[in-house]
Amino acid sequence: MSAASSSLYSRRKARNSVMMTLCVVAAGIGLAWLALILGALLWKGLAGLNLAVFTEMTPPPGEAGGLLNAIAGSVAMTVIAVAVGTPVGILAGTYMAEYGRFSKLTVVVRFINDILLSAPSIIIGLFIYELMVRPMGHFSALAGAVALAMLVIPVVVRTTEDMLNLVPNALREAGTAIGAPRWIVIRSVAYRAALSGIVTGVLLAVARISGETAPLLFTALSNQFWSSNLNAPMASLPVTIFQFALSPYEEWQQLAWTGALIITFTVLGLSIFARSLTGRRI
Amino acid sequence: MREREATVRRFALTDLIFRSVAKGSAILVLLILSGVAVSLVFGAWPALSKFGPAFLGTESWNPVTENFGALAPIYGTVVTSAIALLIAVPIGIGIAVFLTELCPRPLRRPIAIAVELLAGIPSIIYGIWGLFVFAPFLQRTVQPFIISAFHDVPVLNSLFAGPPYGIGMLTSALILAIMVLPFITSITKDVFDTVPTVLKESAYGVGCTTWEVMRRIVIPYTRVGIMGGVMLGLGRALGETMAVTFVIGNAHRVSASLFAPGTTISATIANEFTEADGEIYTSSLIALGLILFVMTFIILAAARAMLMRIERRAGA
Repeated sequence: MSAASSSLYSRRKARNSVMMTLCVVAAGIGLAWLALILGALLWKGLAGLNLAVFTEMTPPPGEAGGLLNAIAGSVAMTVIAVAVGTPVGILAGTYMAEYGRFSKLTVVVRFINDILLSAPSIIIGLFIYELMVRPMGHFSALAGAVALAMLVIPVVVRTTEDMLNLVPNALREAGTAIGAPRWIVIRSVAYRAALSGIVTGVLLAVARISGETAPLLFTALSNQFWSSNLNAPMASLPVTIFQFALSPYEEWQQLAWTGALIITFTVLGLSIFARSLTGRRI
Repeated sequence: MREREATVRRFALTDLIFRSVAKGSAILVLLILSGVAVSLVFGAWPALSKFGPAFLGTESWNPVTENFGALAPIYGTVVTSAIALLIAVPIGIGIAVFLTELCPRPLRRPIAIAVELLAGIPSIIYGIWGLFVFAPFLQRTVQPFIISAFHDVPVLNSLFAGPPYGIGMLTSALILAIMVLPFITSITKDVFDTVPTVLKESAYGVGCTTWEVMRRIVIPYTRVGIMGGVMLGLGRALGETMAVTFVIGNAHRVSASLFAPGTTISATIANEFTEADGEIYTSSLIALGLILFVMTFIILAAARAMLMRIERRAGA
């Protein structure tokens, strides 16, 4: 082998090692950010984590307190949003996968749904403001819940359609062959086969909305006090974190960190659990 | 016999009902998006009819004189997103190469999931982390160093000028880069997996190194898909609200320095909407939302079109 060609080989090899090292470094950077963020959350959040956080109301500036009303508000609005968004999402996904698998409408809905899936959530907030808050004349928990439901729908539509598409047609044909009408086949065969996937979609939707702040800012607003009135402003954990973190009071900032810790680990726990249900990535 | 007929008829009716309800739900998805568009145009109308096309090119944002222009937020949105992509795209592709070619098999799934967890962390967490941890770090160490290092370099000294606030355009862009990284990584990895093994093997067979296979075979083959992933990341970055709101500084001006505070469309809306009084103020904010909606719609539609193209090829 001549000297020139062997130097070409070594140059190519060297180039390869440099680029591959850079790829490893890139992966390291990705993992390091995750560790840095979770580390800071644990460090700052655990300092303020105690029972009072879950049993006391948000305090006035300068006093100790908890996040009970914010947590309860978040749970209430999330439950309503899921209760509204899930049936619509599952039905739309059912139409796309079962009745209209080859129709034009399905292609259009899939395209639009994918756009809704990544559309900025603050735009949804503006939409619900125009749709509900302005006509009603005041901010309300209900408007916040509807805004969150708008975020639930695309997630559930997407997973439902994907999961129903995975159900083997032979199963449906077997159901039809014994004389079951289409909707019974869907209900008793397709839904049953795709159940874990559909549940995963709902859990992912819950994970998505429980950290959302932007759509709540001018729909549910926030509330310093306990409120169970759906027609009035209601506190939520993300909005409370937003307000407390930007405040100059140390107690509030500490509560913001603790709230951030609670949200993050709830959300990450939910999404890991959801993924483990199906064992495949969505 | 009669009973059977009745049952069949009942089944046909319930099937029709179920089918219509399902179809109605699918149409509802379309209605949501058109509802968003209509309500934004409706809400933005007072401002748009008052300021006209000049709204897009005016830098002033003055609630007292009620003179509003979208130039500063648009500039901030575009600049922060562009820098975020400049950082996130190479790193994202690097991680995808690592995951498909270098990583030991048992570690692949855990590392892929860990990177995707970055996407699961709520945006407000990035905000609070950026404001209390990342910005002070930049202010103390990185920014003074960069300012003094580029002090005498012609173009760079105006890019990196001014006092190190910690918060500002560059900080926002860095945080956005972390936030879009998982989207770019996971899509790039997925499209890398669509490359036929035989293509890669023939390249290895003629003696290519791993890098050459990636650079000459895999990346050209998946170019459209990668572009789709990048556009999807861009769509996310443009509309990202809470993280940016915390660290951008909310200053309505167009400034050449990346260290200067600025604002983005979504940060302006989040900061000012509940405090806005007067029809024109609120309407101007909604007009900003309309601009953001149009921008993200175009970007996301293009991204989806590209990804659909590569999906069809993978399926064929």
